[in-house]
Amino acid sequence: MSILSKDSPGKKTLFMGNEAIARGAIEAGVQVCAAYPGNPSSEIIGSLSQVAEELGIYVEWSVNEKVAVEVAAAASFAGLRGLTAMKQNGLNVASDFLFNLNLTGSKGGLVIVVCDDPSALSSTNEEDSRPYAKMCDLPLLEPATVQEAKEMTRWAFDLSEELGLPCLIRSVTRLSHARGIAELGNMPKNRPNPRFDTSRPIIPQPVMLTHKALHDKIKKCQDRFEESAFNLYRGPERPELLVVTCGPGWMYVREALANMGAENRAGIVKLGTTWPLPGSFLMEHLKKANRILFVEEVDPFLENNIKEFCAQRAAELEVKTFLGKASGNLPDVGEINPDIVTGAIQQVLKVSYEPRPLQYTQEAAEAVSLFAPSRELGFCAGCPHRATYWSVKNALAMDGRDGILLGDIGCYALGVRPAGFGQMKTCHAMGSGIGLANGFGQLERFGLNQPVLTVCGDSTFYHAAIPALVNARYNRSNFLMLILDNSATAMTGFQPHPGTGRTAMGAEAPVVEIEGLCKALGAQVEVKNPFDVQDTTEAIYKLLQDREGIKVLILRQECALVRVKRQKALYKVRVNQEQCIGQECGCNRRCTRIFKCPGLAWDPVTGKAQIDEAICTGCGVCADICPQSAILKETI
Amino acid sequence: MAFEKDPFNIIITGVGGQGNVLASQLLGQMLVQQGYMITIGETYGASQRGGSVMSHIRVSQRDQFSPLIPEGKCDLVVGLEPVEALRVLANYGNPGVLMLINTRPIYPIDVIAGNASYPELSILLKKIQRLSRNVWTLNATEIGLELGDPIFSNIVMLGALSVLDLLPLHREEFQKAIEELLPSHKLHLNMEAFERGREAVQKLPV
Repeated sequence: MSILSKDSPGKKTLFMGNEAIARGAIEAGVQVCAAYPGNPSSEIIGSLSQVAEELGIYVEWSVNEKVAVEVAAAASFAGLRGLTAMKQNGLNVASDFLFNLNLTGSKGGLVIVVCDDPSALSSTNEEDSRPYAKMCDLPLLEPATVQEAKEMTRWAFDLSEELGLPCLIRSVTRLSHARGIAELGNMPKNRPNPRFDTSRPIIPQPVMLTHKALHDKIKKCQDRFEESAFNLYRGPERPELLVVTCGPGWMYVREALANMGAENRAGIVKLGTTWPLPGSFLMEHLKKANRILFVEEVDPFLENNIKEFCAQRAAELEVKTFLGKASGNLPDVGEINPDIVTGAIQQVLKVSYEPRPLQYTQEAAEAVSLFAPSRELGFCAGCPHRATYWSVKNALAMDGRDGILLGDIGCYALGVRPAGFGQMKTCHAMGSGIGLANGFGQLERFGLNQPVLTVCGDSTFYHAAIPALVNARYNRSNFLMLILDNSATAMTGFQPHPGTGRTAMGAEAPVVEIEGLCKALGAQVEVKNPFDVQDTTEAIYKLLQDREGIKVLILRQECALVRVKRQKALYKVRVNQEQCIGQECGCNRRCTRIFKCPGLAWDPVTGKAQIDEAICTGCGVCADICPQSAILKETI
Repeated sequence: MAFEKDPFNIIITGVGGQGNVLASQLLGQMLVQQGYMITIGETYGASQRGGSVMSHIRVSQRDQFSPLIPEGKCDLVVGLEPVEALRVLANYGNPGVLMLINTRPIYPIDVIAGNASYPELSILLKKIQRLSRNVWTLNATEIGLELGDPIFSNIVMLGALSVLDLLPLHREEFQKAIEELLPSHKLHLNMEAFERGREAVQKLPV
């Protein structure tokens, strides 16, 4: 039984931050949840999908974030509570709807969770999504702990319903993917029945009036925030320094002050409601000290807004010194951590603090640089993408015209790195590879003589590539699109999508066929198995020679991580030690030095290749690339 | 049980795919069951694909701590891979740190390709010994392979950890945690992996 559905109020349980958000929504009586997966947000809807049936709620993986917000908003318009969750990039996709939804307002509690990824640990950018709240005049909450993540989510539904506005919750990787203790609350009792009042259309017009009403709502929201227990002050009455923080910064600052023994010298203003600012609460505490340090991720959101606030209220405040990103006391990029915070406070308060002997630090750093070779990110053993990029590389070499491969986001984005033999040349938003291919495909008229290719995953195809494919057909662009169909949203945890025949709740679903869709759009479509590298290489080469119109090559092979859950290996792979002639071969160690699957190993003693049986998943591709036929694959 | 320090800070480290996250979750669950306050910080995502991964586990009887251990404040490293065990010492090690290490290497791609070299195990362990208070070792991957899947190495390591008597990790608590987090048909092999780890762990002689 999942902890999410346990009806044991008061029980203290270990929750992942994202599960705590999900549990908060359940306790609030959420009925409709929709999202497109994206780290670090995926487990919110993922964990809800596991208990949806049992709790009688509806959960879906939507095709993209905009559709997901619309699905959740529909529930709200019908008087039910709706939840959507996404990563920072997702809010950009959803924002077009959001900038109208703020004007129309919502009915049933509607909560939009955005999980930012400072330092881009699993993203293409480290966008700070908080300015959206300010731009859209929507309430913004930022939980600092796992317990708070649950409580805030539950409260956000009440607030949303009271104000008639969707409420934004901003999490970050270090909260969403952290685990901590949260106390279970009560399960919901009564759930309303859906009804849309057709006598009252939900539209943003007349805009001047709805915009004004939005401003009134956000003023009322500020009143609620003034009383919120999510904002607090901890520290002496007259501190030398006031640290203003939110999110995980709260824990870092507390621990840093404790480690340095500086708890009596600095006070912490911890904000949980970060837009609109709780003005009276801030005024009370900003008066305590004239040096103010802002600790937040990623952009100076509180820093700039509180500076603006202080300017507005300057007559009531003494002159302040603001320390933070603008002053250079904290880095203006990347995530913060306890050490960065310690360093900043140490500098301001001039505290001497040494976490460990300096000699140890030096010796450990030296040992790591000498003995710990770094780990370049790569594709998993048996990943079909490695085989695909191998074929792309060889086909482009055969073609000889310096073809351009345009890509986007997913596991296959590692194609820009050595893992994908450096074949992928651009990476931006979901579906941007094919969008750029549309443009490159028009440049032949100006003399561009390089063939144009684009690569896109199966889930990305549904998310963002289809309109670009329509555009290509309509405007007669010319390129080859490779769709890497590994039958999962692999990067984010193997969520099902419209091509998998399963829904989020595990029900059977009609398969939206990629082939059929592409054919209907007028593309020439072929399907190949990327593990057959020769066949795939030839297909890519051949398709590049025909320079008219759009060609789609679907490379279909299940994600290795999904496959090994069901079946151990396709082949038993081994190296015939007599047949492998190592360095003498002249292949330049094609298997280990060039193909570089982690399932292979090189024995420096014998000077021959080996299979690492703890890693190999038995795809058998290395057997096909060995010029000596020394690698053997035996059917199991 | 009182620890040497509060919070007692643990890092479980290894290579993406070794089951770091499950190990930290099981360990956390075992301690939560006994009333300890636990915070776990995970590093995964893109690093799942062959990169270094680590979980920070903070155990306390008095407060909830942040999901990241500050510089030099790690008390125990559980290394699912030997080079990764050394790597975390650069940021988090200190002369008092305790080390439990699976000795089976996973070679980085650059080593497989011949662009970098992997240190000889005995030299690596000596270096780790110099930078720590005590080192315990076992070949957990080998035991995993004997049990049918190298993925069991993380459970083998938890078993090994349970005999070091640093934390209250008993067989019964482990079984409860497994029952809570994994499907029931997986109980038997996991219990066996746990036992095998208990038997195999050895203190590295000084």
